[in-house]
Amino acid sequence: MTLLVHRMRASAWLLLLSLLLLAAGARAQSRYMTREGVVTFFSSSPVEDIEARSQQTAAILDLQTRQLAFTIPVKSFQFKRTLMQEHFNENYLESDRYPKATFTGKLTAVDAEALRNGGPQKVTAEGDLTIHGVTRHVQVPGTLELQNGRLVVHATFPVAPADYKIEIPALVRDHIAKIVSVRVAMSCETAGLPAAARP
Amino acid sequence: MLHFYSYGFRAAVMSIVGLLCVATAAAQDVPPPAAPDLLSDLERQTTDTLRRETVQATFKGTRIINGHSVETPGAGTLIFLISHRFGTLNSGAYNFFGLDQATIRLGLEYGLNDRLTVGVGRSSLEKTYDGFLKYRALRQTSGARPMPVSITLFASSAINTLRYTDGVDYTLPRRLTYTYQAMIARKFSPNLSVQLSPTVVHRNLVDTRQMHNDVVALGVAGRQKLSKRTALMLEYYYRLPTSEDPGTRNAIAAGFDIETGGHVFQLHVTNSQGMIEKHFMTQTYGNFFDGDIYFGFNVARNFTLKPRL
Repeated sequence: MTLLVHRMRASAWLLLLSLLLLAAGARAQSRYMTREGVVTFFSSSPVEDIEARSQQTAAILDLQTRQLAFTIPVKSFQFKRTLMQEHFNENYLESDRYPKATFTGKLTAVDAEALRNGGPQKVTAEGDLTIHGVTRHVQVPGTLELQNGRLVVHATFPVAPADYKIEIPALVRDHIAKIVSVRVAMSCETAGLPAAARP
Repeated sequence: MLHFYSYGFRAAVMSIVGLLCVATAAAQDVPPPAAPDLLSDLERQTTDTLRRETVQATFKGTRIINGHSVETPGAGTLIFLISHRFGTLNSGAYNFFGLDQATIRLGLEYGLNDRLTVGVGRSSLEKTYDGFLKYRALRQTSGARPMPVSITLFASSAINTLRYTDGVDYTLPRRLTYTYQAMIARKFSPNLSVQLSPTVVHRNLVDTRQMHNDVVALGVAGRQKLSKRTALMLEYYYRLPTSEDPGTRNAIAAGFDIETGGHVFQLHVTNSQGMIEKHFMTQTYGNFFDGDIYFGFNVARNFTLKPRL
């Protein structure tokens, strides 16, 4: 009799525990994260094309709350030419003073059902883009797609260096486009634990 | 039996309580955290204070003024370097204050990789050819356990190819000079960089018994940026008293760097006519403060032979 009682007690605790885990799981599944997002930018001018790529973009997307945040270490951008990279960091982006570019905002609408059923989904993120210490409110169109449990994110949007107080000297003004095209491509995995719980 | 049921009841109650707990916990999560919180979450996870980052651009070019800097061209980059010195300022109006005269060095240097550079040059002074290897042994880093300085090692040899008519047999070894240098630099702030360069110049042949085959010197150089694209440069090579030749002086130089797209223009004044170690460390005769000042410039043009992307 007592043995049976103990078993019942144990099963009650097990139930509680599994429920707790389920809840944590349900929450975790809505959050996707990466630290290896790829951000490239292109500047096309009659004189020359400039291209740079960073593969160290970190991002969190929460499908439940539709919040998202990106952070890019500015120094992680690689250029074709070493001198361009040096100029980019030293003169244009001043990465010693402003080491990071960030975006924080909200997706306007996400059809979670359609996302689970597969196929890319067009979304718009609206929020604050901070580059070179200047924050501007922007709308960025992009696509979301679930592929094998990973959330694949693509976005392409224009950035005008002048909007972010990136000053370009007259001598090279013809070399750098007035509007630089930024492309984001990343594959985020489910964040196993709520971000705040990590040490 | 009743006992059993009561426990069963309790278990049921407990699981309901548990469910409620979970529900309330979940409910507390429902109000979405404000966007900056997500960003600060992300920042907390990605701001890795342990990550070491290389300090870039301690100096703008591979030269400070006459001497080399710790910088090397990156992998696959070729630099074409034109160095030029006019005559001395105090040579008078007849010589247009030195502008009538010119000493030039043309050089090429290529980054075999991000650390190792090979270079060649030809100076009009003594019709000298020089070749060098330059290796970045250490790079200054920030972050945890930072490396406080950058160290670049340099070795060169130079050959004087003048035709002599003084009857001395100038064999190949007698025409050769070797330079060994360690450059230790630190970028103290985005604006201020300082470099120390202990150097030994070995000459296989010297003109007189009083002269030294080995000249030991300590170079001290600094850069102070004045704006994003201009900087003030100072350079001084102090020779140990034990290796000073009669009539020669320590090389001193002051310069102004202007940076544009693919160029660095360096304008300077110095008491040295030569632009390689052998010349400015052992054959500087001018007294800077008496007006033996050579006005000159370095222009570096970078060519990317192997793009990195």
